[in-house]
Amino acid sequence: MKRSPLQGGPLAYAVLTAATLAFVFPFYWTLVAASRSNSELSAATPALTPGPNLFHNIGEALQQASIGTALLNSLLVSTAVTAGVVLSSTLAGFAFAKLRFRGRGLLLAVTVGTMMIPPQLGVIPLFMVIVKLDLQNKLPAVILPSLVSAFGVFFMRQFLIQALPDELIEAGRMDGASSLRIFRSIVLPVARPGMAVLGMLTFMATWNDFFWPIVALSSQNPTVQVALKSLGQGYVPDQSIIMAGTLLGTLPVLVVFGLLGRQIVGGIMQGAVKG
Amino acid sequence: MATISRPAPALPAQATRAARPRWGARLAPYGYLAPFFVLFAAFGLFPLLYTAYVSLHRVELQTADRMDWLGLQNYTRLFEDPFFWNALRNTFTIGVLSTVPQLLLALGLAHLLNYRLRGRTFFRVAMLMPYATSVAAATLVFAQLFGRDYGLINWVLAGVGLSPVDWQADTWASQFGVSAIVTWRWTGYNALIYLAGMQAIPGELYESAAMDGASRWQQFRHVTVPGLRPTIIFTVVVSTIGASQLFGEPLLYEGNAGGGISHQYQTLGLYMYEQGWSFFHLGRAAAVAWVMFLLIVVLALINAAIAARRNRTDR
Repeated sequence: MKRSPLQGGPLAYAVLTAATLAFVFPFYWTLVAASRSNSELSAATPALTPGPNLFHNIGEALQQASIGTALLNSLLVSTAVTAGVVLSSTLAGFAFAKLRFRGRGLLLAVTVGTMMIPPQLGVIPLFMVIVKLDLQNKLPAVILPSLVSAFGVFFMRQFLIQALPDELIEAGRMDGASSLRIFRSIVLPVARPGMAVLGMLTFMATWNDFFWPIVALSSQNPTVQVALKSLGQGYVPDQSIIMAGTLLGTLPVLVVFGLLGRQIVGGIMQGAVKG
Repeated sequence: MATISRPAPALPAQATRAARPRWGARLAPYGYLAPFFVLFAAFGLFPLLYTAYVSLHRVELQTADRMDWLGLQNYTRLFEDPFFWNALRNTFTIGVLSTVPQLLLALGLAHLLNYRLRGRTFFRVAMLMPYATSVAAATLVFAQLFGRDYGLINWVLAGVGLSPVDWQADTWASQFGVSAIVTWRWTGYNALIYLAGMQAIPGELYESAAMDGASRWQQFRHVTVPGLRPTIIFTVVVSTIGASQLFGEPLLYEGNAGGGISHQYQTLGLYMYEQGWSFFHLGRAAAVAWVMFLLIVVLALINAAIAARRNRTDR
């Protein structure tokens, strides 16, 4: 990493600390609200520290909007989508980065071009396709359309252009290795760091996806985000239980983030420089 | 290449072995692309194009198989609907309210993060945490913080002697509330993008600026900002596109597709959802989707024009 040009003064620390508090406070507040009772939250002086009701509220949330099913569904969907995106993107990204073939420029332009188009534009026919395939309210409705990602292909292409020397592939060819063999024993090992970053970003994005799941799934068989919506829509919404559900839905991603935050930060900055 | 078309059986065994990988090598790229493009065509490209066709028909949610030709009627109905214009206006105001502060804050934070600091990894990770939450979770938390009667924000306002704000019913206050969620989620992400751009600016530029007696502020204005221009344009385009599609935040802010009692913060994305999945008019929702797309194209062109013009005046 390059040395920064300037030494930070006390003001820089003060501003950054204030900003950090602003970014972190809503998480803290989720914990506070999820561990209190509804009446404590609507008291004249609201509670500002965590209380004793956390597990009770989590139990309630698990019962109310089938959050348990939702967590399992989200895990299944996010894992399947991540595997699909990472694999299909690595294959296609390798082809775009290192192989010469007819139509390469056009296919790449189409792939990158669609990244600018809003997902809403495709949602209605997609919904009609799902209805026709009788997949409405079923998990494949959320998995199938997300198994590939134009961003993923572009990301892996950029990564492999830099990370994979042409000579390595040539050497494999000289040794008479088949194309598939080259991919397995030369490309995949080199691509692994890029695949890891793409995998983390994809998992987080899929876990947090809202628009398409809300269209394709019902509250009977939801992902976590769909379940959160129905949790907030009771006749007399109990804030502390809503927050307990929110905590459950956020926790898995926060754990991933806590463990891999540094790499995720690096991945986003890397993607930014290349993009 | 001519050897490839030669009939393989006529060749000795060794030559066939040499010829086979060539066939393979020629077709292999398409094999690598196939998994992506098959699904991409079915679930990505086809729906995009088919939306235009759907928007010219009457299609109802309950009978999604049946399509009756309408011509441009979905579009004319749309333009006669005051709620469409309301949603368009709200999308614009919420877009400005969320994008402008978000990018300015991100630029300032990135500048600070670019200093030599203790614990800078900590600050970077903390700043990206909101990005790790979902729209749904973030909105539910903020909706609670912005509550009229028991919300923490009004409690703090009362504590410093200000009168409470109705963050949900009041037009400007509710649009500010929705924008605050967007700003909270994306400021850190954009700060990291800017930081990456800043680290690509050569340090010598700062050194020579400092030798010329430039203050920190002048260095920021005359070295950092010009060096970041492509990155800034990139974030402006991406945030503008994101703002024109806002959906989850206004949907969950109070939990209805109308975007508030008097539709005071209904965005185009929410309006489209309401047309399609609350009123069951898929054809009309498709027309909204196309209008949104055209809007994005126009915004992208305006962005490009501004960028081109600024480049010209610089020279």
